[in-house]
Amino acid sequence: MGISRRGLMAAAAVTPWLMRAEEALAQGIQPKRGGTLTTIVNPEPPVLHIGVNNQAPTLIVGGKIFQGLLRYSAKLEPLPELAKSWEVSADGLEYTFRLQENVKFHDGTPMTAEDVIFSIMKFHMEVSPRARGVFARIKEGVVVDPHTAKFILSAPFEPFLLMFDVTVSAIVPKHLFEGQDYRQAPVVQKPVGTGPFRFVEWQRGNFIRLERFADYWKPGQPYLDAIIYRVVPDSQSRRLALETGQVQLTQSNDIEPFDIPQMRARPNLEVQTAGWEYFGPLMWLELNHRVKPLDDVRVRQALAHAVNRDFIAQRLWFGIGKPATGPVSSATRFYDASAKMPAYNVETAKKLLDDAGLKPNAQGVRFTIRHMSLPYGEVFTRLAEFLKQSLRQVGVDLQLESVDVGTWAQRTANWDFDTTINYLYQYGDPTLGVERSYVSTNIKKILFSNVSGYANPKVDELFTQGRDAADPKARQAAFSAVQKILVEEVPLVWLMEMAFPSIYDKKLHNIITSGAGVHASFDDVFFA
Amino acid sequence: MKEFWRNFRRNRGAVVGLAVLLLVLLLAVLAPVLFPGSPWDMAGMPFAPPGEMGMLLGTDSLGRDVAAGIAHGARVSLLVGAVSTVAALAIGVSLGAVAGYLGGVADDVVMRFTEFFQTIPSFVLAILLVAIFTPSIGSIVFAIAVVSWPPVARVVRAEFLSLRSREFVQAAEVLGKSRLSIVVGDILPNALSPIVVLSSLMVASAILLESALSFLGLGDPNMMSWGFLIGSGRSVIRMAWWMSVFPGIAIFLTVLSLNLVGEGLSDALNPRLARNRGGKA
Repeated sequence: MGISRRGLMAAAAVTPWLMRAEEALAQGIQPKRGGTLTTIVNPEPPVLHIGVNNQAPTLIVGGKIFQGLLRYSAKLEPLPELAKSWEVSADGLEYTFRLQENVKFHDGTPMTAEDVIFSIMKFHMEVSPRARGVFARIKEGVVVDPHTAKFILSAPFEPFLLMFDVTVSAIVPKHLFEGQDYRQAPVVQKPVGTGPFRFVEWQRGNFIRLERFADYWKPGQPYLDAIIYRVVPDSQSRRLALETGQVQLTQSNDIEPFDIPQMRARPNLEVQTAGWEYFGPLMWLELNHRVKPLDDVRVRQALAHAVNRDFIAQRLWFGIGKPATGPVSSATRFYDASAKMPAYNVETAKKLLDDAGLKPNAQGVRFTIRHMSLPYGEVFTRLAEFLKQSLRQVGVDLQLESVDVGTWAQRTANWDFDTTINYLYQYGDPTLGVERSYVSTNIKKILFSNVSGYANPKVDELFTQGRDAADPKARQAAFSAVQKILVEEVPLVWLMEMAFPSIYDKKLHNIITSGAGVHASFDDVFFA
Repeated sequence: MKEFWRNFRRNRGAVVGLAVLLLVLLLAVLAPVLFPGSPWDMAGMPFAPPGEMGMLLGTDSLGRDVAAGIAHGARVSLLVGAVSTVAALAIGVSLGAVAGYLGGVADDVVMRFTEFFQTIPSFVLAILLVAIFTPSIGSIVFAIAVVSWPPVARVVRAEFLSLRSREFVQAAEVLGKSRLSIVVGDILPNALSPIVVLSSLMVASAILLESALSFLGLGDPNMMSWGFLIGSGRSVIRMAWWMSVFPGIAIFLTVLSLNLVGEGLSDALNPRLARNRGGKA
């Protein structure tokens, strides 16, 4: 087994991290020990164990307690975490990870390759459906020696290396799980990981307290003494807590988009939208192709032409997010900038609808369709109103329906809608997060599948090619081709590459240092 | 009629209220003339303060004209107020009439049924009904009617109880008139004045209830009402106060004038009562 190009890439990838430390030093900011970071978790997670629960709050808090083999830069290059280096065999079938030495779990037992193989092959395979989808491709997991773990795949799978972030496959202690029901094991309630902070206390409805792990494997780190996650269910109270300095960091949906301009104006606060590249959430107008006239490609193109996506990003989300350009987020690998979806142009939209034979009636209405608003808070209500008005300009009457979250999920999954809003994570790779919304094999009555019912054999074929090719160049060719077809056929109207603001006190350093942002371990975060 | 108007005019607040109410009605009627096009149109720059960019009362977060929203919202709010009051009256008057006129077991059954509704907090029930039937203008009117008929039923029952033993009713019975025609033709006209007073107050509370529902996001998503305007402006109130303040003033004035008119009506229809009160003051 030879060292592949990507083995070398790993070494090169270390540099950005070093550069950051140097940059910090150049600015005269020495990392400083001490201090307690108080922040917010919302909504309160049901459990803190990654894998057993994979919702955002669990991943953010769990990211401090657990670690993965790798972490990822904003450009999605793998960086060393619990694995100090890795090699991929030339045939793309064997992945070998060399682990850091001296890594201990919070209960004092050393972490070895046994734990790594157990976590991937048993634990996540059992508890996490998304991890199972990819890890099912592993033929064998081998403990080479206590500090080397090897995975042998049954067929090449190029995005495999993206699956080792803490949010996907956290390394868990084998000895505390083996022989038990993984979801019911006592350790799930008091999680034990290798991360820089250990779980200390959780007062339900009040706060979660993590403290510095003294035996952490990076010498001198972490810098912080403790992290406290307060549970604050009301968004205006969260804003107030941030403004008064009671909390020094907020993340994900803690602060509403409409409060962002004021947060930006405060001199002591930093508003960051980076740190979501690894997830690449993309929001779109979902169209049900079973509903006429949405099956007509000209109509879908017209709808895409009718919506001003800059307005959505700038006015509704106050610049937190970027206008979408196509089916693949610009942060996701194999994004092709040359594949551009229809631009905002009301006249072109009207012409396309005329061509489709949809003439306006006396009230200027060409056809009426329903729109089910996404019940995720006020900004999505405003979005529905904006779409209603945008489409009215070209003669399409959008009848708004407000529903609750359960109804939305149930009706979307059962294809009982004309149009709605949806957003999905892309997980850094078209195979991991884009394919599912467009291939005909995934037309299912399940949420987050291809609920629009779009089917194109060529698209199916290209996604399969992109998935199975071992060579990134071949994958790029397939994904570029598929992006060009999709922007032409507009199965969905892509609206915005979403981001979520991380807002923090400027005294805090190194909050956003990777493509997973606030999900990182925070072992390098310090107050200065 | 002349006497009625003289008694009504004696209450100065009621006259002011009536004037304001007529202005609001005029605004509602003239909305399509004053502000042609849809109130949902994005007419200007988002967040334009009042007076700027030719927007009298400013624009909201999507650049919609707040003044146009208030004018068109007046139609929705008044319509909801009126229709749901009519619906509540229909339920309340018929149940109250049955209970008051028949008495006995029927009275017991109807009154226990009414009490059942009175023990449930009306706003919570309204929220529940709208949430179950999905927010639309129909479900909102229905919910408001369902929660506001019990007081009508009680008032009508009390009136009927006292009127049914009067001579003119007995005379009608002796004449062999049917029960229905006695209730509708003889008793009801004499019970009308408290119903009229009550209904003007009910329109006011229906407008408030609709606004509260819209404020909570349970309004008809295709209708622009005052409550919707306030609800959508609430989150940005620190940035754009005009979005919630002007529709708030509109609701305040309308509800206040309806209350004043209601009081005026009560004075006019019960002149003796009003004079006594005037004498004490």
